[in-house]
Amino acid sequence: MNAAAASPGRRISTFFYQRPTLALILLLAPPLLWLGVVYLGSLFSLVVQSFFSLDGFTGQVVRRFTLATYRDLFTPANLDIVIRTASMAAAVTVAAAVAAFPVAYYMARYASDRIKALLYLSILLPLWSSYLVRVYSWKLILAKEGIINWGLAQLRLDGALEWMLGLPVIGGPSLSVSSLGMFVVFLYVWLPYMILPIEAALERVPTSFIEASGDLGARPRETFRLVILPLAFPGVIAGSIFTFSLTLGDFIVPYVLGNSALFIGQAVLAHQGTAGNIPLAAAFTVVPMAIMAVYLIGAKKAGAFDAL
Amino acid sequence: MRFSHVSRAFGDIRAVDDVTLDILDGEFFSLLGPSGSGKTTCLRLIAGFDHPTSGSIELHGVEVSGLPPYERDVNTVFQDYALFPHMSVADNVAYGLMIKKVPRPQRMQRVDDMLEMVQLSGLGGRRPSQLSGGQRQRVALARALINRPRVLLLDEPLGALDLKLRQQMQIELKAIQQRVGITFVYVTHDQEEALTMSDRLAVFNTGRIEQVGTPAEVYEHPATDFVAGFVGVSNLVSGDVARAISGSPETFTVRPEKILVREPGAPVPDGLCWVEGQIHDVVYLGAHTRYRVDLDGTGTLTVTQQNVDSTSMDVLAARGRRVRLMWHRIHNRRVATRA
Repeated sequence: MNAAAASPGRRISTFFYQRPTLALILLLAPPLLWLGVVYLGSLFSLVVQSFFSLDGFTGQVVRRFTLATYRDLFTPANLDIVIRTASMAAAVTVAAAVAAFPVAYYMARYASDRIKALLYLSILLPLWSSYLVRVYSWKLILAKEGIINWGLAQLRLDGALEWMLGLPVIGGPSLSVSSLGMFVVFLYVWLPYMILPIEAALERVPTSFIEASGDLGARPRETFRLVILPLAFPGVIAGSIFTFSLTLGDFIVPYVLGNSALFIGQAVLAHQGTAGNIPLAAAFTVVPMAIMAVYLIGAKKAGAFDAL
Repeated sequence: MRFSHVSRAFGDIRAVDDVTLDILDGEFFSLLGPSGSGKTTCLRLIAGFDHPTSGSIELHGVEVSGLPPYERDVNTVFQDYALFPHMSVADNVAYGLMIKKVPRPQRMQRVDDMLEMVQLSGLGGRRPSQLSGGQRQRVALARALINRPRVLLLDEPLGALDLKLRQQMQIELKAIQQRVGITFVYVTHDQEEALTMSDRLAVFNTGRIEQVGTPAEVYEHPATDFVAGFVGVSNLVSGDVARAISGSPETFTVRPEKILVREPGAPVPDGLCWVEGQIHDVVYLGAHTRYRVDLDGTGTLTVTQQNVDSTSMDVLAARGRRVRLMWHRIHNRRVATRA
């Protein structure tokens, strides 16, 4: 045996080489403790809190099991918040999937390495600046005096914008204070989270699959529907988990661009902060989780993960 | 199927260079060549995945070179099989019929028949990932054949299989081809495979066809030095050595198995040519032995001899011995050399 073989570094390497399970445990323990104890623990505490109630007279939390808070959640005013938020999240998710797919497809199938790097950069670059800064800059872009209004006026399309803003639910006094404006900004901030997973999924579809489908008589449309889309679907689902849950939980975009109609995130903030109604805030927080759970079970049932 | 002056250039590289070729109906035709010789590009031109830069491709008298794959009556067995992972084996096989909107009961019947033909009955419910390489190969074949194409294209379909399975599939493929009577165009770099299965074959080199013929023609009468070297093993003899042996400086080839090994100075019967040298190297290969014989500094010849009644001891002891090599002049094949 030579001298190097006996050095402490080598001995440690050999020690772990012969005990792969121990090495694995040591590597996994810190992140698992972090996720398991801190994250799941607080989640559990959150769910437990949602089954407590607030004593309306004293303003104290009553630590006893009750469904009263959930009864509160399903009052028309609160249900309105849930429906508004979920509809926005659904609209943003569908729009993001439709907008992301062509970009992802081009990146995965046609782009040269250079173009692909450029596209990656341009998708990720906005994420380098603060989310708040980007949302506030959209406020300016969408304002009555902003570039969009100006541009549409130059194209003599300001009438169309006025008409859209006049519509119930999606409209408002200006783009910068309307559901329509919120939708535009949500779509912008979450689009990268949709493009990247779809691109990754499409990257794993070999060209020969597409050739085989055409070879067997399928027109491009049929190939898309029968081969490309099913194989990319896990990516679409992964992307939609991001866009859907990020929109469900967001309170900044509605705060900056919205009106008095609250979103779930704002309701949570209001109830746990100013109102001190921790149980109702917790119950509101359970809603997005429940929606996501139902969504994922539905996606699984629909065979979205069959290609994984 | 007819190729007329077909070329396909990728930038400066002419992957297929002025290929003219006729493939007959019902024929098992192989495109044989080393990798990068243009044979796979030719197949892709027939399938419609790629289009020629110039020239025309006719299928049964119809010009197809501008048509997309789904407008052509050909089907392909891909090198990587390209089975759809999100569909069962039966759905993969039924894919072409589903696109053609063949009613379901009829479709299922034909899928069953196909799976039976490729000996995969009962595996229709499995996913491709649950099958072995050889089974996937059969599924790919069934998926292509179920459409009853006029031409079936096979792109090195046996490349990923081990030797025994490959030999078994060669026989099966040939049997299936004879049963269905469809034209098979088979791309391979394996000369043994091409010789075993083909009715005729074309030998490709750097985008051009070197020779077209039956396996026997190509083996026994190689047209060029490239064909002689690529199809089987050949000795290429040229220049002074050629003059010394045959009396003419023209390049010729002679197959190693045609050469007899005799004692130095052994009498040479009429009609044979001869040369003397020293055994330089001996490789014992079980059924036969390969010798490399040094022709006194002017070149080397490879010679193979059946081990009829010699043992490995005998043949290995031959190293360094002087020998006289002789063979029938008719085995000297003139070949064209490319400058």
